[in-house]
Amino acid sequence: MERTEAELIAAVLNGDAASFEPLVQKYSPRVFATARRYARRDSEVEDIAQEVWLKAFDKLKSFRGEAPFEHWLMRMTVRTCYDFLRGHQRNRESSFSELSEPENDWLERFVTAPETASDNADAAKLLIGRVMEKLSPPAQLVITLLEIEDRSVKEIAHLTGWSVPLVKVRAFRARAEMKKILAKMTKEKYL
Amino acid sequence: MNLAELQKKLIAAARTEVLDDRVPYAFEKRVGALLASRVAPENMDLWVRGLWRAAISCVAVALLCGAWAFFTPATTASSDDLSQNFETTLLASVDQNDQAP
Repeated sequence: MERTEAELIAAVLNGDAASFEPLVQKYSPRVFATARRYARRDSEVEDIAQEVWLKAFDKLKSFRGEAPFEHWLMRMTVRTCYDFLRGHQRNRESSFSELSEPENDWLERFVTAPETASDNADAAKLLIGRVMEKLSPPAQLVITLLEIEDRSVKEIAHLTGWSVPLVKVRAFRARAEMKKILAKMTKEKYL
Repeated sequence: MNLAELQKKLIAAARTEVLDDRVPYAFEKRVGALLASRVAPENMDLWVRGLWRAAISCVAVALLCGAWAFFTPATTASSDDLSQNFETTLLASVDQNDQAP
């Protein structure tokens, strides 16, 4: 008979580390999907996921079972991704001069006829990826959660551990930062 | 160029991105093995740490006793007879009761 999540957690807390594996198996797809929003290389994504699970194991005592385990785990995942972003700010200073051909084409199309530049073009996805890499870690996190994942400010506060006013301030700054980066990108390309 | 529009288009593009939730083969086994390998040394660490603390405390107590024995002047006066002192200490409460009115 399959054990429930609460039973598995209780078993882990009683010293049966093997009972942690079914939890890892069940929730790893969500952890990996979230990690892939913030890291590109497979090795980095795997490191983040591993870190999340090790933290979850160590802090399992603090899980009181009031909210679903998945929510608790997602909070840990987002915070681990944020720590990763803070530790890997390598691409922020690079220039936009090395845009690929499809990216250049998409930008040109946007400049000449904005309505024809489609939203779901692969080039646009690459371009937004580049822009996101240049954002500061808090800006990258808040844009991802607020604009891309369409979460509410309250949800973001809960996930990140920031206060609601802080999320609002960081969202405001993140949008401004993104505009600045886009302005730099277009200036580098067209001036 | 309309930067707000460009930002909107790029965010819209990011939203259409299908999330890749693939998990590497036997990832949960790897995490399990990692946890198992961590638990054993942790128990050993606890023991080793505890034993070291006990050893350090023992050395400190031994040094203090040694220093106390070394620096305390030897008593030779006849009034400091050990058996007399012991008896006085033992019967101190009785003596106090006798002296009370």
